[in-house]
Amino acid sequence: MRGVPVVVAYALRESLRRRVFLVVLVLTAGFVALYWLGANQAFATIDENEPPPAAVLAGVDDRTLTGATLFGLSMFGTLFLGAVLAAFLTLGVVRGDAERGLLQPLVVRPIGRGALLLGRFLAAAAVCALYVLVVFALNLWITWSAGNWRPDRIAEPAVQLAAAVAVIAALSLFGSIFLSSTANGIAVFMVFGAGLVAGLLGQIGEVLDSDTLARIAEVSAWALPFEALYQDGLNAITADESGFTEFALQLGPFGGAQSAGPYLWPWTAAYLIAVGGAALVAFARKDL
Amino acid sequence: MASSFTARALVKRYGSVTALDGVDVHVEDGELVGLLGPNGAGKSTLVKIGCGLVRASAGEALVCGARAGSREARSAMGYLAELFRFPGWATADELLTLHQRLAGSSGGAAERGELLDLVGLAEARRRRVEEMSKGMQQRLGIAQALVGAPRFLFLDEPTSALDPGGRRTVRRLLEELRDRGIAVLLNSHLLSEVELVCDRVAILSRGRIVAEGRPSELARPRGVEVDVDGGTRLFAGAVRDDAPRIVAELVAAGEQVYGIRVLSSTLEEIYLEAVGEEAG
Repeated sequence: MRGVPVVVAYALRESLRRRVFLVVLVLTAGFVALYWLGANQAFATIDENEPPPAAVLAGVDDRTLTGATLFGLSMFGTLFLGAVLAAFLTLGVVRGDAERGLLQPLVVRPIGRGALLLGRFLAAAAVCALYVLVVFALNLWITWSAGNWRPDRIAEPAVQLAAAVAVIAALSLFGSIFLSSTANGIAVFMVFGAGLVAGLLGQIGEVLDSDTLARIAEVSAWALPFEALYQDGLNAITADESGFTEFALQLGPFGGAQSAGPYLWPWTAAYLIAVGGAALVAFARKDL
Repeated sequence: MASSFTARALVKRYGSVTALDGVDVHVEDGELVGLLGPNGAGKSTLVKIGCGLVRASAGEALVCGARAGSREARSAMGYLAELFRFPGWATADELLTLHQRLAGSSGGAAERGELLDLVGLAEARRRRVEEMSKGMQQRLGIAQALVGAPRFLFLDEPTSALDPGGRRTVRRLLEELRDRGIAVLLNSHLLSEVELVCDRVAILSRGRIVAEGRPSELARPRGVEVDVDGGTRLFAGAVRDDAPRIVAELVAAGEQVYGIRVLSSTLEEIYLEAVGEEAG
């Protein structure tokens, strides 16, 4: 595995030179600017207006409701941008690069296919995780400065978002062994969308008190653990809320928040190992 | 003499298509062997199995005594693919540095400079791949294949994008490699080039070796041609050993002899005969 750092350095340099980072930075600047605008407007509105009497009567904290909803939105945006970055860094690593003739000169070197795959994953996961952490921190600061509100937990949801994009990078890398770049990109975003839909189904199931929907959502979230990590992260930002505020947050547009319990991290680690192992076996057997 | 590359009863099937059907090939240390054959004959598949890019369905391939595709085999060889591309953003020096790291070469800047000089790209050291012509990229590809001082080289159509000057550079390079004791399996469609530089040739057709040997061994005599007063006379069926007798008889008969040539079939004729209707 002595070749892994060489491949990591190569992948990072490739990303820099291909201006992937530049494109992502421009998109992120737009996203963060919009979030800043939205957060300031939202908190200004609740500062200017009296809360509805019903909300006061029910004991709903409008600042917490606004802050948590906004921050949940920013977490969704951050996860989406992280998923885009993860997909673009990995979608053509095997079949795409082999079809273009870029892979063969690297694979015949003595480092081995396993080191190549691992190096590519580590580079993509590190870049995406760092990216997600930075955007998370920026949005946290914006929410605090605009509305004097911060989540109940900070490190936990941040690390969970970082792990979620690492899972997406692993799935995209696995797909790149079998699918062309375009097909893999489509597949990754369909899987990403499926995870989010499962989260929404769970939310609907909770409101309707439907065990079937809730079960489907739960199974889907564990089958695609980036969704379980996201839901657990969302849950963590209002972990200390209770009463009607908690209830109102669960009904909100980003109320897919669910605590995943103590098995989330072991399951995520096992999932990554399983996907990585399957990818290594498939890549080792692939004719290039 | 030890063998740099050996293929024994090598078979490769892609579904119902048999690309290689029991191929036996060997390349001795320091030997330059040309691999010829029409499109689809299995040449690139053979090379890819040797490099570990493709798995054989049956048979055995060894590179410098190690199983093809193993770390030991990959450490001992260099490879230039037929259809390759290098990242456009990398300079020639960066690309060779990357391959030095991947190959575990400690040659440093001296090795990179020597290789670029060898392929005539010394001035293009800091030029990006995307700014190079196809021919320059192909020469850079050869330099890349030589990183880490391999004992054996697989070159798959190394001159396909080169102009005549570039081909001459590669021809000289191949001769230089032979002088250094590096063995080469050269896959090429350019018969004249193979005939000029290769010690031996192997001709593949429909996944089988249909002819193998030194070009001179494979060649068949086509007679002796003599320039005399009345023009050129062909002595069909005559061989080199008959030449003194033919000249003596002509002179005795009062003819003036101005020139004599021993004719044998060219590699192109040998090739076309070997692959039959598959050619073209």
